[in-house]
Amino acid sequence: MARNEAKERRCILKFEDVSLQFDQADPVLDKVSFEIWSGETRIILGAAGSGKTVMMKIALGLLKASSGRVSVMGQDVTNFDERQWYEVRSHIGVLFQEGGLFDSLTIEENVAYPLLNQARFMTDGKKPTLDTVRPDVQEALNFVELGNTLNKFPSELSGGMRRRVGIARGSVADPDLFLYDSPTAGLDPITANTIIALLIKDREMRNTTAAIITHRFQDGHLLANFRYNPEKDRLERLPANSPLRERTKFMVMKEGRLVFEGPEAELDASVDPYISKFSMHPAQNPERKVS
Amino acid sequence: MLDWLKSPILTFQEFVTLAGRASLNVFRRPFYGQDLFLQMDTIGVGSLPITVLIGFFSGVIMALQMSRALSQYGATGQVGQITAITLVREMGPVLTALLIAGRNASGIASELGSMKVSEQIDAMRALGTDPVKKLVTPRLLAMCVTLPLLTIIADFVGIVGGYIVAVPLLRLTTGSQYWNNAWRSLEYNDIAQGLIKPLLFAFIIALVGCLYGMRTSGGTQGVGRATTQAVVVASVWIFVITALITRIFVNL
Ligand SMILES: Nc1ncnc2c1ncn2[C@@H]1O[C@H](COP(=O)(O)OP(=O)(O)OP(=O)(O)O)[C@@H](O)[C@H]1O
Ligand SMILES: [Mg+2]
Repeated sequence: MARNEAKERRCILKFEDVSLQFDQADPVLDKVSFEIWSGETRIILGAAGSGKTVMMKIALGLLKASSGRVSVMGQDVTNFDERQWYEVRSHIGVLFQEGGLFDSLTIEENVAYPLLNQARFMTDGKKPTLDTVRPDVQEALNFVELGNTLNKFPSELSGGMRRRVGIARGSVADPDLFLYDSPTAGLDPITANTIIALLIKDREMRNTTAAIITHRFQDGHLLANFRYNPEKDRLERLPANSPLRERTKFMVMKEGRLVFEGPEAELDASVDPYISKFSMHPAQNPERKVS
Repeated sequence: MLDWLKSPILTFQEFVTLAGRASLNVFRRPFYGQDLFLQMDTIGVGSLPITVLIGFFSGVIMALQMSRALSQYGATGQVGQITAITLVREMGPVLTALLIAGRNASGIASELGSMKVSEQIDAMRALGTDPVKKLVTPRLLAMCVTLPLLTIIADFVGIVGGYIVAVPLLRLTTGSQYWNNAWRSLEYNDIAQGLIKPLLFAFIIALVGCLYGMRTSGGTQGVGRATTQAVVVASVWIFVITALITRIFVNL
Protein backbone atom coordinates (compact mmCIF):
# COMPACT_ATOMS: atom_id res chain seq x y z
CA MET A 1 0.00 0.00 0.00
CA ALA A 2 2.80 2.38 0.86
CA ARG A 3 4.30 1.81 -2.58
CA ASN A 4 0.96 2.51 -4.17
CA GLU A 5 0.73 5.83 -2.37
CA ALA A 6 4.22 6.76 -3.43
CA LYS A 7 3.24 6.31 -7.06
CA GLU A 8 0.32 8.69 -6.72
CA ARG A 9 2.26 11.28 -4.82
CA ARG A 10 1.39 14.65 -6.21
CA CYS A 11 1.78 18.23 -5.20
CA ILE A 12 -1.45 19.38 -3.58
CA LEU A 13 -0.58 22.94 -2.64
CA LYS A 14 2.31 25.04 -3.78
CA PHE A 15 3.20 28.61 -2.88
CA GLU A 16 5.99 30.36 -4.80
CA ASP A 17 7.17 33.68 -3.35
CA VAL A 18 3.66 34.60 -2.36
CA SER A 19 3.31 38.06 -0.86
CA LEU A 20 0.28 39.97 0.28
CA GLN A 21 -0.03 43.58 1.23
CA PHE A 22 -3.09 45.50 2.41
CA ASP A 23 -2.89 49.23 1.63
CA GLN A 24 0.52 50.74 2.28
CA ALA A 25 1.12 48.81 5.48
CA ASP A 26 3.86 46.24 6.03
CA PRO A 27 3.30 43.09 4.01
CA VAL A 28 1.12 40.55 5.78
CA LEU A 29 2.82 37.76 3.85
CA ASP A 30 6.36 38.20 2.61
CA LYS A 31 7.67 35.89 -0.13
CA VAL A 32 6.33 32.65 1.32
CA SER A 33 7.23 29.47 -0.57
CA PHE A 34 6.37 25.90 0.33
CA GLU A 35 4.88 22.72 -1.07
CA ILE A 36 2.45 20.28 0.47
CA TRP A 37 2.39 16.79 -1.06
CA SER A 38 -0.44 14.30 -0.99
CA GLY A 39 -0.74 12.28 2.19
CA GLU A 40 1.17 14.87 4.12
CA THR A 41 0.10 16.50 7.37
CA ARG A 42 1.40 20.03 7.66
CA ILE A 43 1.41 21.78 11.02
CA ILE A 44 1.50 25.56 10.70
CA LEU A 45 2.67 27.35 13.82
CA GLY A 46 3.19 31.03 14.51
CA ALA A 47 2.30 33.89 16.80
CA ALA A 48 -1.01 35.74 16.51
CA GLY A 49 -1.01 38.00 13.47
CA SER A 50 1.85 36.18 11.76
CA GLY A 51 -0.27 35.58 8.66
CA LYS A 52 -1.46 31.99 9.07
CA THR A 53 -5.13 32.64 8.36
CA VAL A 54 -4.27 34.93 5.47
CA MET A 55 -2.14 32.16 3.96
CA MET A 56 -5.02 29.73 4.23
CA LYS A 57 -7.41 32.18 2.60
CA ILE A 58 -5.03 32.64 -0.30
CA ALA A 59 -4.95 28.87 -0.77
CA LEU A 60 -8.76 28.98 -0.99
CA GLY A 61 -8.87 31.97 -3.30
CA LEU A 62 -10.73 34.02 -0.71
CA LEU A 63 -7.91 36.54 -0.78
CA LYS A 64 -5.74 37.33 -3.77
CA ALA A 65 -1.96 37.38 -3.42
CA SER A 66 -0.33 40.66 -4.39
CA SER A 67 2.53 38.78 -6.03
CA GLY A 68 3.87 35.26 -6.42
CA ARG A 69 2.27 32.10 -7.75
CA VAL A 70 -0.13 29.62 -6.17
CA SER A 71 -0.87 26.12 -7.46
CA VAL A 72 -3.57 23.83 -6.14
CA MET A 73 -3.53 20.16 -7.17
CA GLY A 74 -1.18 20.83 -10.00
CA GLN A 75 -3.19 23.71 -11.46
CA ASP A 76 -1.77 27.19 -11.49
CA VAL A 77 -4.61 29.13 -9.89
CA THR A 78 -2.83 32.47 -9.53
CA ASN A 79 -5.05 34.27 -12.00
CA PHE A 80 -8.25 32.28 -11.58
CA ASP A 81 -11.47 34.24 -11.41
CA GLU A 82 -14.17 33.56 -8.87
CA ARG A 83 -16.04 31.13 -11.11
CA GLN A 84 -12.96 28.98 -11.75
CA TRP A 85 -12.19 29.04 -8.04
CA TYR A 86 -15.54 27.43 -7.18
CA GLU A 87 -14.42 24.25 -8.90
CA VAL A 88 -11.04 24.28 -7.11
CA ARG A 89 -12.62 24.96 -3.73
CA SER A 90 -15.04 22.09 -4.09
CA HIS A 91 -12.05 19.77 -3.61
CA ILE A 92 -10.84 21.55 -0.48
CA GLY A 93 -12.37 21.08 2.95
CA VAL A 94 -12.04 23.90 5.40
CA LEU A 95 -12.59 24.59 9.07
CA PHE A 96 -12.61 28.32 9.77
CA GLN A 97 -11.03 29.87 12.83
CA GLU A 98 -14.27 31.65 13.75
CA GLY A 99 -16.29 28.55 12.94
CA GLY A 100 -18.13 29.90 9.92
CA LEU A 101 -21.18 27.74 10.64
CA PHE A 102 -24.35 29.29 9.25
CA ASP A 103 -26.31 30.16 12.33
CA SER A 104 -29.62 30.43 10.49
CA LEU A 105 -29.35 26.80 9.35
CA THR A 106 -29.64 23.59 11.34
CA ILE A 107 -26.66 21.32 11.87
CA GLU A 108 -27.96 19.00 9.17
CA GLU A 109 -28.36 21.84 6.67
CA ASN A 110 -24.92 23.15 7.59
CA VAL A 111 -23.21 19.84 6.95
CA ALA A 112 -25.25 19.26 3.79
CA TYR A 113 -24.39 22.73 2.46
CA PRO A 114 -21.36 21.78 0.33
CA LEU A 115 -23.19 18.79 -1.16
CA LEU A 116 -26.22 20.91 -2.02
CA ASN A 117 -24.37 23.89 -3.43
CA GLN A 118 -21.25 22.72 -5.19
CA ALA A 119 -21.59 22.38 -8.91
CA ARG A 120 -19.80 19.04 -8.98
CA PHE A 121 -22.63 17.35 -7.06
CA MET A 122 -25.30 18.49 -9.47
CA THR A 123 -26.82 16.10 -11.94
CA ASP A 124 -28.19 17.67 -15.13
CA GLY A 125 -27.98 21.10 -13.53
CA LYS A 126 -30.22 19.95 -10.68
CA LYS A 127 -29.22 20.23 -7.05
CA PRO A 128 -29.49 17.15 -4.87
CA THR A 129 -32.06 17.43 -2.10
CA LEU A 130 -31.58 17.26 1.63
CA ASP A 131 -33.16 13.81 1.61
CA THR A 132 -30.81 12.34 -0.95
CA VAL A 133 -27.68 13.55 0.84
CA ARG A 134 -28.90 12.62 4.33
CA PRO A 135 -26.90 9.36 4.53
CA ASP A 136 -23.66 11.22 3.79
CA VAL A 137 -24.53 13.93 6.27
CA GLN A 138 -25.40 11.39 8.92
CA GLU A 139 -22.14 9.54 8.32
CA ALA A 140 -20.07 12.71 8.58
CA LEU A 141 -21.81 13.64 11.81
CA ASN A 142 -21.44 10.14 13.20
CA PHE A 143 -17.74 10.37 12.52
CA VAL A 144 -17.46 13.39 14.81
CA GLU A 145 -19.81 11.69 17.29
CA LEU A 146 -22.59 14.21 16.84
CA GLY A 147 -25.00 11.93 15.01
CA ASN A 148 -27.97 12.98 17.12
CA THR A 149 -27.78 16.75 16.64
CA LEU A 150 -29.22 16.97 13.11
CA ASN A 151 -32.05 19.31 13.97
CA LYS A 152 -30.24 21.54 16.42
CA PHE A 153 -28.93 25.01 15.58
CA PRO A 154 -25.26 25.93 15.98
CA SER A 155 -26.11 28.30 18.83
CA GLU A 156 -27.42 25.34 20.84
CA LEU A 157 -24.06 23.56 20.78
CA SER A 158 -20.91 24.09 22.82
CA GLY A 159 -17.75 25.51 21.29
CA GLY A 160 -16.13 22.10 20.98
CA MET A 161 -19.23 20.62 19.38
CA ARG A 162 -19.39 23.46 16.88
CA ARG A 163 -15.77 22.82 15.98
CA ARG A 164 -16.68 19.17 15.34
CA VAL A 165 -19.65 20.15 13.19
CA GLY A 166 -17.20 22.31 11.23
CA ILE A 167 -14.99 19.27 10.72
CA ALA A 168 -17.99 17.22 9.57
CA ARG A 169 -19.00 19.94 7.11
CA GLY A 170 -15.46 20.22 5.80
CA SER A 171 -15.05 16.49 5.27
CA VAL A 172 -18.51 15.57 3.98
CA ALA A 173 -17.55 16.22 0.35
CA ASP A 174 -14.47 14.00 0.68
CA PRO A 175 -11.90 16.73 -0.06
CA ASP A 176 -8.39 16.15 -1.40
CA LEU A 177 -7.02 18.80 0.93
CA PHE A 178 -8.31 19.81 4.34
CA LEU A 179 -7.39 23.15 5.84
CA TYR A 180 -7.97 23.46 9.57
CA ASP A 181 -7.62 26.94 11.01
CA SER A 182 -6.96 26.67 14.74
CA PRO A 183 -9.15 23.62 15.41
CA THR A 184 -8.23 23.55 19.10
CA ALA A 185 -8.11 27.27 19.92
CA GLY A 186 -10.10 28.20 22.99
CA LEU A 187 -10.88 24.62 23.98
CA ASP A 188 -10.02 22.81 27.19
CA PRO A 189 -7.15 20.28 26.87
CA ILE A 190 -9.47 17.27 26.92
CA THR A 191 -11.73 18.55 24.14
CA ALA A 192 -8.70 19.75 22.22
CA ASN A 193 -7.19 16.28 22.33
CA THR A 194 -10.48 14.77 21.19
CA ILE A 195 -10.43 17.06 18.17
CA ILE A 196 -6.84 16.17 17.31
CA ALA A 197 -7.72 12.49 17.72
CA LEU A 198 -10.47 13.05 15.15
CA LEU A 199 -8.00 14.58 12.73
CA ILE A 200 -5.67 11.62 13.18
CA LYS A 201 -8.55 9.23 12.64
CA ASP A 202 -9.67 11.10 9.55
CA ARG A 203 -6.14 11.00 8.18
CA GLU A 204 -5.99 7.23 8.67
CA MET A 205 -9.41 6.43 7.26
CA ARG A 206 -9.36 8.66 4.20
CA ASN A 207 -5.68 9.37 3.75
CA THR A 208 -6.44 13.10 3.59
CA THR A 209 -3.80 15.69 3.00
CA ALA A 210 -4.16 18.32 5.68
CA ALA A 211 -2.75 21.64 6.77
CA ILE A 212 -3.41 22.43 10.39
CA ILE A 213 -2.91 25.87 11.88
CA THR A 214 -2.45 25.77 15.62
CA HIS A 215 -0.92 27.53 18.60
CA ARG A 216 -0.52 24.38 20.68
CA PHE A 217 2.66 22.43 20.15
CA GLN A 218 0.94 19.40 21.70
CA ASP A 219 -1.33 19.26 18.65
CA GLY A 220 1.61 18.93 16.31
CA HIS A 221 3.29 16.45 18.57
CA LEU A 222 0.23 14.21 18.65
CA LEU A 223 -0.23 14.38 14.90
CA ALA A 224 3.40 13.58 14.29
CA ASN A 225 3.70 10.67 16.68
CA PHE A 226 0.39 8.89 16.76
CA ARG A 227 -1.72 6.86 14.44
CA TYR A 228 -5.24 5.57 14.66
CA ASN A 229 -5.73 1.85 15.06
CA PRO A 230 -9.10 0.93 13.54
CA GLU A 231 -9.17 -2.55 15.11
CA LYS A 232 -8.79 -1.25 18.63
CA ASP A 233 -10.49 2.07 17.85
CA ARG A 234 -7.82 4.04 19.66
CA LEU A 235 -4.69 6.04 19.06
CA GLU A 236 -1.30 4.43 19.38
CA ARG A 237 2.21 5.79 19.35
CA LEU A 238 4.21 5.23 16.19
CA PRO A 239 7.46 3.32 16.60
CA ALA A 240 10.51 5.56 16.51
CA ASN A 241 11.65 4.37 13.10
CA SER A 242 8.23 4.37 11.46
CA PRO A 243 8.19 5.94 8.00
CA LEU A 244 4.76 7.35 8.86
CA ARG A 245 6.50 9.93 11.04
CA GLU A 246 7.88 11.47 7.88
CA ARG A 247 4.49 12.58 6.67
CA THR A 248 4.04 15.20 9.37
CA LYS A 249 5.97 18.37 8.67
CA PHE A 250 6.09 21.59 10.61
CA MET A 251 6.37 25.17 9.56
CA VAL A 252 6.67 28.30 11.66
CA MET A 253 5.49 31.76 10.57
CA LYS A 254 6.86 34.99 11.95
CA GLU A 255 5.54 38.40 10.89
CA GLY A 256 4.50 37.13 7.48
CA ARG A 257 7.69 35.22 6.78
CA LEU A 258 8.21 31.49 6.79
CA VAL A 259 11.07 31.00 9.25
CA PHE A 260 11.11 27.24 9.68
CA GLU A 261 10.12 24.17 7.69
CA GLY A 262 10.96 20.60 8.62
CA PRO A 263 10.17 17.51 10.71
CA GLU A 264 9.54 17.53 14.43
CA ALA A 265 13.03 16.48 15.41
CA GLU A 266 14.46 19.49 13.63
CA LEU A 267 11.91 21.79 15.25
CA ASP A 268 12.81 20.42 18.68
CA ALA A 269 16.49 20.90 17.93
CA SER A 270 16.11 24.53 16.89
CA VAL A 271 17.88 27.00 19.13
CA ASP A 272 16.24 30.05 17.61
CA PRO A 273 14.40 31.74 20.50
CA TYR A 274 11.22 32.35 18.45
CA ILE A 275 11.05 28.92 16.81
CA SER A 276 11.86 26.96 19.95
CA LYS A 277 8.84 28.54 21.65
CA PHE A 278 6.70 26.33 19.41
CA SER A 279 8.55 23.11 20.01
CA MET A 280 7.84 20.35 22.47
CA HIS A 281 10.37 20.74 25.24
CA PRO A 282 11.39 17.49 26.89
CA ALA A 283 10.56 19.00 30.28
CA GLN A 284 6.94 19.26 29.25
CA ASN A 285 6.16 15.56 29.42
CA PRO A 286 6.17 14.10 25.93
CA GLU A 287 4.38 11.00 27.22
CA ARG A 288 1.12 12.85 27.57
CA LYS A 289 -1.84 10.51 27.22
CA VAL A 290 -4.35 10.77 24.42
CA SER A 291 -8.04 10.31 25.03
CA MET B 1 -6.59 66.45 -0.43
CA LEU B 2 -6.39 63.44 -2.72
CA ASP B 3 -6.13 61.09 0.24
CA TRP B 4 -9.17 62.67 1.74
CA LEU B 5 -11.16 61.96 -1.42
CA LYS B 6 -9.79 58.49 -1.97
CA SER B 7 -11.85 56.56 0.53
CA PRO B 8 -15.29 57.90 -0.49
CA ILE B 9 -14.44 57.38 -4.15
CA LEU B 10 -13.34 53.81 -3.48
CA THR B 11 -16.51 53.19 -1.48
CA PHE B 12 -18.61 54.57 -4.31
CA GLN B 13 -16.77 52.34 -6.75
CA GLU B 14 -17.47 49.31 -4.55
CA PHE B 15 -21.10 50.38 -4.35
CA VAL B 16 -21.41 50.54 -8.13
CA THR B 17 -19.71 47.15 -8.55
CA LEU B 18 -21.99 45.57 -5.98
CA ALA B 19 -25.04 47.17 -7.57
CA GLY B 20 -24.03 45.79 -10.94
CA ARG B 21 -23.33 42.29 -9.71
CA ALA B 22 -26.45 42.11 -7.56
CA SER B 23 -28.68 43.33 -10.38
CA LEU B 24 -27.20 41.02 -13.00
CA ASN B 25 -27.72 38.07 -10.66
CA VAL B 26 -31.45 38.66 -10.84
CA PHE B 27 -31.33 37.05 -14.28
CA ARG B 28 -28.85 34.28 -13.48
CA ARG B 29 -29.39 30.86 -12.05
CA PRO B 30 -29.52 29.57 -9.36
CA PHE B 31 -32.37 31.56 -7.84
CA TYR B 32 -32.79 31.58 -4.11
CA GLY B 33 -36.56 31.92 -3.93
CA GLN B 34 -36.80 30.94 -0.31
CA ASP B 35 -34.37 33.68 0.70
CA LEU B 36 -36.35 36.19 -1.35
CA PHE B 37 -39.62 35.38 0.40
CA LEU B 38 -37.98 35.41 3.79
CA GLN B 39 -36.62 38.88 3.09
CA MET B 40 -39.92 40.14 1.74
CA ASP B 41 -41.47 38.95 4.94
CA THR B 42 -38.95 40.65 7.23
CA ILE B 43 -38.83 43.88 5.27
CA GLY B 44 -42.41 44.11 4.06
CA VAL B 45 -44.66 42.41 6.58
CA GLY B 46 -42.34 43.22 9.47
CA SER B 47 -42.34 46.94 8.69
CA LEU B 48 -46.05 47.20 8.01
CA PRO B 49 -47.29 48.21 11.50
CA ILE B 50 -44.74 50.95 11.98
CA THR B 51 -45.27 52.23 8.43
CA VAL B 52 -49.00 52.46 8.98
CA LEU B 53 -48.48 54.26 12.26
CA ILE B 54 -46.02 56.80 10.88
CA GLY B 55 -48.05 57.29 7.69
CA PHE B 56 -51.19 57.93 9.68
CA PHE B 57 -49.60 60.46 11.96
CA SER B 58 -47.85 62.32 9.18
CA GLY B 59 -51.28 62.81 7.55
CA VAL B 60 -52.76 63.92 10.87
CA ILE B 61 -49.95 66.40 11.52
CA MET B 62 -50.09 67.77 8.02
CA ALA B 63 -53.83 68.39 8.18
CA LEU B 64 -53.50 70.02 11.61
CA GLN B 65 -50.71 72.33 10.44
CA MET B 66 -52.50 73.19 7.22
CA SER B 67 -55.78 73.92 8.93
CA ARG B 68 -54.34 77.13 10.43
CA ALA B 69 -52.59 78.33 7.32
CA LEU B 70 -55.52 77.53 5.04
CA SER B 71 -58.12 79.19 7.25
CA GLN B 72 -56.12 82.44 7.00
CA TYR B 73 -56.85 82.45 3.29
CA GLY B 74 -60.32 81.03 3.68
CA ALA B 75 -59.21 78.03 1.68
CA THR B 76 -59.87 75.26 4.18
CA GLY B 77 -61.63 73.32 1.43
CA GLN B 78 -58.22 72.65 -0.15
CA VAL B 79 -56.96 70.58 2.78
CA GLY B 80 -57.48 67.30 0.93
CA GLN B 81 -55.48 68.46 -2.03
CA ILE B 82 -52.57 69.71 0.02
CA THR B 83 -52.39 66.62 2.17
CA ALA B 84 -52.54 64.28 -0.81
CA ILE B 85 -49.94 66.10 -2.87
CA THR B 86 -47.37 66.51 -0.11
CA LEU B 87 -47.82 62.94 1.03
CA VAL B 88 -47.63 61.30 -2.35
CA ARG B 89 -44.84 63.43 -3.74
CA GLU B 90 -42.56 63.84 -0.79
CA MET B 91 -43.53 62.88 2.72
CA GLY B 92 -44.74 59.36 2.03
CA PRO B 93 -41.66 58.20 0.10
CA VAL B 94 -39.11 59.99 2.27
CA LEU B 95 -40.58 59.12 5.65
CA THR B 96 -41.15 55.50 4.72
CA ALA B 97 -37.65 55.23 3.29
CA LEU B 98 -36.08 56.79 6.38
CA LEU B 99 -38.05 54.43 8.54
CA ILE B 100 -37.00 51.41 6.52
CA ALA B 101 -33.41 52.67 6.44
CA GLY B 102 -33.44 52.83 10.21
CA ARG B 103 -35.09 49.49 10.54
CA ASN B 104 -33.69 47.42 7.67
CA ALA B 105 -30.47 49.04 6.44
CA SER B 106 -29.26 48.56 9.99
CA GLY B 107 -30.73 45.08 10.17
CA ILE B 108 -29.08 44.03 6.91
CA ALA B 109 -25.73 45.59 7.82
CA SER B 110 -25.63 43.96 11.24
CA GLU B 111 -26.73 40.58 9.93
CA LEU B 112 -24.20 40.52 7.09
CA GLY B 113 -21.62 42.12 9.37
CA SER B 114 -21.87 39.36 11.93
CA MET B 115 -21.76 36.82 9.13
CA LYS B 116 -18.58 38.49 7.90
CA VAL B 117 -16.79 38.52 11.25
CA SER B 118 -17.76 34.93 12.03
CA GLU B 119 -16.40 33.96 8.60
CA GLN B 120 -19.78 32.76 7.34
CA ILE B 121 -19.34 34.84 4.18
CA ASP B 122 -15.96 33.22 3.59
CA ALA B 123 -17.55 29.85 4.30
CA MET B 124 -20.23 30.51 1.67
CA ARG B 125 -17.61 31.22 -0.95
CA ALA B 126 -15.57 28.24 0.16
CA LEU B 127 -18.59 25.93 -0.02
CA GLY B 128 -19.81 26.88 -3.45
CA THR B 129 -22.20 29.81 -3.15
CA ASP B 130 -21.75 33.38 -4.28
CA PRO B 131 -22.60 35.59 -1.28
CA VAL B 132 -23.73 38.38 -3.59
CA LYS B 133 -26.24 36.06 -5.19
CA LYS B 134 -27.30 34.37 -1.99
CA LEU B 135 -27.40 37.39 0.32
CA VAL B 136 -27.43 40.65 -1.63
CA THR B 137 -29.71 39.89 -4.57
CA PRO B 138 -32.65 38.57 -2.51
CA ARG B 139 -32.43 41.58 -0.19
CA LEU B 140 -32.26 43.99 -3.10
CA LEU B 141 -35.21 42.40 -4.89
CA ALA B 142 -37.28 42.15 -1.74
CA MET B 143 -36.60 45.79 -0.95
CA CYS B 144 -37.50 46.93 -4.49
CA VAL B 145 -40.82 45.12 -4.28
CA THR B 146 -41.80 46.01 -0.74
CA LEU B 147 -40.68 49.62 -0.33
CA PRO B 148 -42.94 51.00 -3.10
CA LEU B 149 -45.84 48.96 -1.67
CA LEU B 150 -45.18 50.22 1.83
CA THR B 151 -45.00 53.76 0.47
CA ILE B 152 -48.37 53.41 -1.22
CA ILE B 153 -49.84 52.14 2.02
CA ALA B 154 -48.26 54.99 3.99
CA ASP B 155 -49.62 57.52 1.47
CA PHE B 156 -53.12 56.10 1.70
CA VAL B 157 -53.16 55.83 5.48
CA GLY B 158 -51.79 59.37 5.67
CA ILE B 159 -54.63 60.71 3.55
CA VAL B 160 -57.05 58.86 5.84
CA GLY B 161 -55.33 60.50 8.83
CA GLY B 162 -55.75 63.88 7.17
CA TYR B 163 -59.41 63.10 6.61
CA ILE B 164 -59.97 62.30 10.26
CA VAL B 165 -58.52 65.64 11.28
CA ALA B 166 -60.13 67.68 8.53
CA VAL B 167 -63.62 66.26 8.57
CA PRO B 168 -64.86 64.71 11.85
CA LEU B 169 -62.41 66.57 14.07
CA LEU B 170 -62.08 70.14 12.78
CA ARG B 171 -64.96 70.20 10.29
CA LEU B 172 -62.84 72.10 7.74
CA THR B 173 -64.65 70.54 4.81
CA THR B 174 -67.09 67.76 3.97
CA GLY B 175 -66.01 64.19 3.50
CA SER B 176 -66.86 63.98 -0.17
CA GLN B 177 -65.13 67.26 -0.90
CA TYR B 178 -62.00 66.05 0.91
CA TRP B 179 -61.77 62.81 -1.05
CA ASN B 180 -62.67 64.43 -4.34
CA ASN B 181 -60.14 67.09 -3.79
CA ALA B 182 -57.47 64.66 -2.76
CA TRP B 183 -58.07 62.30 -5.64
CA ARG B 184 -58.35 64.86 -8.41
CA SER B 185 -55.32 66.86 -7.37
CA LEU B 186 -53.01 63.96 -8.06
CA GLU B 187 -51.52 64.03 -11.54
CA TYR B 188 -49.47 61.38 -13.30
CA ASN B 189 -46.46 63.46 -12.54
CA ASP B 190 -47.06 63.16 -8.79
CA ILE B 191 -47.73 59.46 -8.92
CA ALA B 192 -44.68 58.88 -11.08
CA GLN B 193 -42.35 60.64 -8.70
CA GLY B 194 -44.12 59.01 -5.79
CA LEU B 195 -43.18 55.61 -7.20
CA ILE B 196 -39.78 56.30 -8.74
CA LYS B 197 -38.50 57.65 -5.45
CA PRO B 198 -39.23 54.56 -3.36
CA LEU B 199 -37.73 52.36 -6.06
CA LEU B 200 -34.46 54.29 -5.97
CA PHE B 201 -34.53 54.45 -2.18
CA ALA B 202 -34.97 50.69 -2.10
CA PHE B 203 -31.82 50.33 -4.19
CA ILE B 204 -29.89 52.62 -1.87
CA ILE B 205 -31.11 51.09 1.39
CA ALA B 206 -30.56 47.46 0.39
CA LEU B 207 -27.19 47.99 -1.25
CA VAL B 208 -25.78 50.34 1.38
CA GLY B 209 -26.85 47.89 4.09
CA CYS B 210 -25.25 44.98 2.24
CA LEU B 211 -22.09 46.88 1.31
CA TYR B 212 -21.35 48.08 4.82
CA GLY B 213 -22.22 44.69 6.22
CA MET B 214 -19.94 42.79 3.86
CA ARG B 215 -17.07 45.22 4.42
CA THR B 216 -17.19 44.82 8.19
CA SER B 217 -13.88 44.20 9.86
CA GLY B 218 -12.73 44.26 13.43
CA GLY B 219 -14.98 41.87 15.30
CA THR B 220 -18.19 42.72 17.13
CA GLN B 221 -17.19 46.36 17.43
CA GLY B 222 -16.92 46.50 13.68
CA VAL B 223 -20.50 45.23 13.35
CA GLY B 224 -21.76 48.12 15.44
CA ARG B 225 -19.75 50.57 13.38
CA ALA B 226 -20.99 49.11 10.09
CA THR B 227 -24.59 49.28 11.27
CA THR B 228 -24.39 52.93 12.26
CA GLN B 229 -22.59 53.89 9.07
CA ALA B 230 -25.14 52.09 6.93
CA VAL B 231 -28.06 53.99 8.46
CA VAL B 232 -26.32 57.35 8.25
CA VAL B 233 -25.13 56.88 4.68
CA ALA B 234 -28.48 55.53 3.48
CA SER B 235 -30.38 58.39 5.12
CA VAL B 236 -28.12 61.05 3.62
CA TRP B 237 -28.50 59.51 0.17
CA ILE B 238 -32.26 59.42 0.56
CA PHE B 239 -32.29 63.19 0.98
CA VAL B 240 -29.84 63.80 -1.85
CA ILE B 241 -31.84 61.63 -4.24
CA THR B 242 -35.15 63.09 -3.27
CA ALA B 243 -33.80 66.61 -3.89
CA LEU B 244 -32.47 65.57 -7.29
CA ILE B 245 -35.67 63.89 -8.39
CA THR B 246 -37.88 66.66 -7.14
CA ARG B 247 -35.71 69.10 -9.10
CA ILE B 248 -36.19 67.05 -12.26
CA PHE B 249 -39.95 66.79 -11.84
CA VAL B 250 -40.43 70.43 -10.95
CA ASN B 251 -38.96 71.28 -14.34
CA LEU B 252 -41.23 68.91 -16.24
N1 LIG C 1 -8.76 42.07 5.54
C1 LIG C 1 -7.64 42.55 6.13
N2 LIG C 1 -7.29 43.83 5.96
C2 LIG C 1 -6.17 44.33 6.52
N3 LIG C 1 -5.32 43.61 7.27
C3 LIG C 1 -5.62 42.32 7.49
C4 LIG C 1 -6.79 41.71 6.92
N4 LIG C 1 -6.82 40.41 7.29
C5 LIG C 1 -5.72 40.22 8.05
N5 LIG C 1 -5.00 41.36 8.17
C6 LIG C 1 -3.73 41.50 8.90
O1 LIG C 1 -2.89 40.46 8.51
C7 LIG C 1 -2.08 40.04 9.59
C8 LIG C 1 -2.11 38.53 9.68
O2 LIG C 1 -3.42 38.13 10.01
P1 LIG C 1 -3.84 36.62 10.19
O3 LIG C 1 -5.30 36.62 10.45
O4 LIG C 1 -3.34 35.82 9.07
O5 LIG C 1 -3.07 36.21 11.51
P2 LIG C 1 -3.00 34.76 12.15
O6 LIG C 1 -1.61 34.31 11.99
O7 LIG C 1 -4.09 33.93 11.62
O8 LIG C 1 -3.25 35.12 13.67
P3 LIG C 1 -4.13 34.32 14.75
O9 LIG C 1 -3.24 33.27 15.27
O10 LIG C 1 -4.44 35.35 15.78
O11 LIG C 1 -5.32 33.80 14.07
C9 LIG C 1 -2.60 40.74 10.82
O12 LIG C 1 -1.70 41.75 11.16
C10 LIG C 1 -3.92 41.32 10.38
O13 LIG C 1 -4.12 42.54 11.02
MG1 LIG D 1 -5.85 33.24 12.30
